[in-house]
Amino acid sequence: MKRLAPQAHERIDRSKTYQFTWQGESYYAYAGDTLASALLANGIDVVGRSFKYGRKRGILAAGVEEPNALVTLESGGYEVPNARATEIELYDQLNAKAASGIPSLRFDLRAALKPFHKFMVAGFYYKTFKWPQKLWPHYEHYLRQLAGFSEVPQQADAEHYDHQYQFVDVAVVGGGAAGLSAALTAAQSGASVLVIDERAELGGELSSEFASSAEAQQWFSSTKQALEQMPNVRILKRSTAFALHDFNLLLVIERRQDHVSLKQRNEKQSRQRQHRVRAKQVILATGSHERPLLFANNDLPGVLMASAMRRYLNEFAVLCGDKPVLAGNNDSIYALAEDLVKRAGVKPVVLDMRVGYDASRLIAAGIDVRQGYTILKASGSNRVEQVSIAKVYYDGKLWSASAATETLDCDVVATSGGFNPLVHLDCHTGSKPLFSNALQAFLPACDKPARISAGSVNGHSDWQACVQDGAYAAHQILGRLEKSVAPTTVKPELKLLNVAPFFCPTHQRNKIFIDMQNDVKASDIELAIRENYRSIEHIKRYTAMGFGTDQGKIGNVLGIALAAQLLNRSIPEVGTTTFRPMYTPVTMGALAGEEVGLLFDPQRFTPIHASHVARGAEFEVVGQWMRPWYFPKAIEHLYDAQSAEDLHTAVQRECLAVRNSVGVMDASTLGKIDIQGPDVREFLARVYTNAWAKLAPGKCRYGVMCDENGMIIDDGVTACLSDTHFVMTTTTGGAARIYNHLETWLQTEWPALKVYLTSVTDHWSTTAIVGPKARRVIEKLCSDIDFNAKAFPFMDWREGTVAGVPARVMRISFSGELSYEINVPANYGRYIWEQVMEAGKEFDITPYGTETMHVLRAEKGYIIVGQDTDGSLSPYDANMGWAVSLTKPYPFLGQRALTRSDTVRTDRKQLVGLLPHDAQKVLPEGTQLVNAIEDKAMIGHVTSSYLSPILGRSIAMAVVKAGLSRMGNTIYAKTVGGETIPVTIADSVFYDTAKEKLDGEV
Amino acid sequence: MFLIRCPYCGEAREEQEFSYAGEAFIQRPPLTCSDEEWGDYLFKRKNIKGVTTEQWLHSAGCRRIFVMERNNVTYEILSIYTFESKRGAA
Ligand SMILES: [Zn+2]
Repeated sequence: MKRLAPQAHERIDRSKTYQFTWQGESYYAYAGDTLASALLANGIDVVGRSFKYGRKRGILAAGVEEPNALVTLESGGYEVPNARATEIELYDQLNAKAASGIPSLRFDLRAALKPFHKFMVAGFYYKTFKWPQKLWPHYEHYLRQLAGFSEVPQQADAEHYDHQYQFVDVAVVGGGAAGLSAALTAAQSGASVLVIDERAELGGELSSEFASSAEAQQWFSSTKQALEQMPNVRILKRSTAFALHDFNLLLVIERRQDHVSLKQRNEKQSRQRQHRVRAKQVILATGSHERPLLFANNDLPGVLMASAMRRYLNEFAVLCGDKPVLAGNNDSIYALAEDLVKRAGVKPVVLDMRVGYDASRLIAAGIDVRQGYTILKASGSNRVEQVSIAKVYYDGKLWSASAATETLDCDVVATSGGFNPLVHLDCHTGSKPLFSNALQAFLPACDKPARISAGSVNGHSDWQACVQDGAYAAHQILGRLEKSVAPTTVKPELKLLNVAPFFCPTHQRNKIFIDMQNDVKASDIELAIRENYRSIEHIKRYTAMGFGTDQGKIGNVLGIALAAQLLNRSIPEVGTTTFRPMYTPVTMGALAGEEVGLLFDPQRFTPIHASHVARGAEFEVVGQWMRPWYFPKAIEHLYDAQSAEDLHTAVQRECLAVRNSVGVMDASTLGKIDIQGPDVREFLARVYTNAWAKLAPGKCRYGVMCDENGMIIDDGVTACLSDTHFVMTTTTGGAARIYNHLETWLQTEWPALKVYLTSVTDHWSTTAIVGPKARRVIEKLCSDIDFNAKAFPFMDWREGTVAGVPARVMRISFSGELSYEINVPANYGRYIWEQVMEAGKEFDITPYGTETMHVLRAEKGYIIVGQDTDGSLSPYDANMGWAVSLTKPYPFLGQRALTRSDTVRTDRKQLVGLLPHDAQKVLPEGTQLVNAIEDKAMIGHVTSSYLSPILGRSIAMAVVKAGLSRMGNTIYAKTVGGETIPVTIADSVFYDTAKEKLDGEV
Repeated sequence: MFLIRCPYCGEAREEQEFSYAGEAFIQRPPLTCSDEEWGDYLFKRKNIKGVTTEQWLHSAGCRRIFVMERNNVTYEILSIYTFESKRGAA
């Protein structure tokens, strides 16, 4: 294995030498190398250990289909797990290590388990580790260490990713001969064209022809140049189309910086970009991958694909071995033999399973060509050293082989067992590929609208035919776009490579690897079929064939062909497994794009947020809102030490301040919907359970909203501004959902109602002054509203000027105390809050958060939708029958459901209060309730539970079967911890049942 | 992924801008209906394999709901129209 003297069309730049690190050791290679070609040029054979048996593995392919050469690239924030060495463009100071090998490549634990390998067949894990069940965690721990390849990176990704949307007339997938030809033809018509190619340079497999064909090279240069100069053409290099969805949504990942050394990466630019392409027409010029011949120990390092050996030779000037054996079942094997002679002066032994190919030119050049031969077995320790060959015969249906006739010394084996057209994208939308006997390959059906395939994916093997097929395909789709370009072309004839039918030797099938990445052997397929698996989908799952990161690009078709033989069925009868996106692994970063961190789930802040932060609030997330949870006060200690109150202490203090003096809360997050139009009253009457016909301007009303099943979905206060203008408030978390719900009814069921909804949640800021001294605070700030309790009664609102700002002041209460909610345009929110804090100073006004709000409302038995209700509570269940009007002309949403047999059951779960017998015992929320200490049948659960500071005892709200008719009964709460706590069912209004507090201090 | 032409915005847009909003043209029975009829209205859906008539909401666009007739096997969109045009035609 060595680097040859400069070659005519090599891709490497010998003027630039790069240092790189492999397994901790330093090596050198050239710019233009891939990590794979760099490793080969440095004579590195073993690049990985296999998944199950820990066998040594080498590089098998030269591109995206590589199953073995998985590496962990870089470390820390730049770590990339399971990258394929064949795709990594070398850059200076690159650092990679093998993704496998426990604990190291040289010694692998799994290989040391060799005496047990014969037991580790398909289904081994299913059969072995299912019993005894309680030991599974132990097995799992051990298996997880063995399984997989790279470890998951431990640091956050240091780089960023983005998305771009593209809309084009024609998207061409593949920049080889067919793709470039198709793109040029399409672009000449004036259509907008996007060319997508996975390699660093255009050309695809055509590049392998440059060395032997000046004509190919010339065609490529002129076509590329023409395309690059056309303004209607965009070329995406280093880009893989990984999914094709319905309506021609083509997903492409562009690797923008992966080829740049870490030091030179531009941190302002994304590392990778996901293009979401909508193309009117898609041309699939995706090419094909070679598949190998099968023989025992076909996984030895030094055994590789013939096309890969040719690419390493022609593009990277790397000779994979001095003593090659080439083995094939089709004509392509001879092209490699010719190149080896011409470029490297190496004379391979050529084994052709078939007889009849005219190899006289090679034989004349002194090449040992043996037709009617194949390899039965390879052997060697670190890499292949010998192959045993045998004569093979084809009886028109099946192959058979003689015993080994000879052993050949060699240092590299290149094989070709035919080609697999890359039908993946075509199959992503459900099309099934069609098997061609002439080609011994599955071809794309292309039976979905607005797409066509061209080139070697259609089975073409010579580059001129691919060029013609590309132009032909472009003409076809231009017709659909009503565009045209002269001259038209005809569909090229298929020039067959005469691929012989599939053959798998019967000798040592437990050493013949079908899927190298997942260690699936021919004997595993045999076993699956012996155990009566028939469908290829089941065989795949039982053996794990095609489950690796390579998704069986090389092995699957071999597995299908073997299964067909064993099942005595034809290959098309067995069919393929399902091709699903992604075609190749895609980084999570590229899928997420910019939607990470703060952009993953937006956080919403009220206009007053900065004030809360300044006052040291602790926050909780409600919906997407950051709401103050509580406001811990600093506690002074001896020797200047300081700490802050805990939740419990702060909430006790905040609750008592509101009950005894005055508190202030930011209520800006409540959903607010502005509702206008002549039919608003009728609309409200339909969506709320209560009546709205007579609510006068200046008044507010509480409403309960049900779904059509009669269950509570929201509640809130709506204010009447005028006969045609109302403002509804919704729960904080329900705002978007309720807005959608209302819009849906207006648009679909009640289009005749003249009602217009506008979400104004963000337009207003709300500061609630709450407590017996609330009036004294607000009077200092507002002189144009009469705050006298009779002039401005509970559930009224007034327009006025607060601290110079026009405001809507609502006298509504979620605590049972006198309360004024000051609504001002959002930009004044923080100013008003600070004005209130200043005015309230003399009353020691106390800011409070959601936790205190919850305690205060529970003391009054006010529900929180979504906490005390769960979608199965009707207004009657919630003891809110007073809010239901059954006499409205148009039945409200859910009205019919309230008389269903199930809804009128008297033993439904109903909302009640609970008083634990131990007044200091706070029940955990969610605790199940039972009738008697020894009972196990639950009759309800705790929905809200707190220690009430004003009552000096614990209180709870709960749903209990028939609870409303069981006041005073003792039932039992059974905690998760095993405690049984006696509680008394009580009215859910625990505090100020006479409503004497509502008007505050007079 | 659908490319959906919103009949209000008049443009073909990404499916991500839209949300499915249930089966279209479900008749709301009168208050006098039986429990069974009400149950059917609430819970029973046609669940057709083939051509379905659905409501779609242009949720990240004009926020209007319209009707889409599509084949849920082939993903072909057969027609898209507004409720207004349907009422106008009837
Ligand atoms: Zn729209």
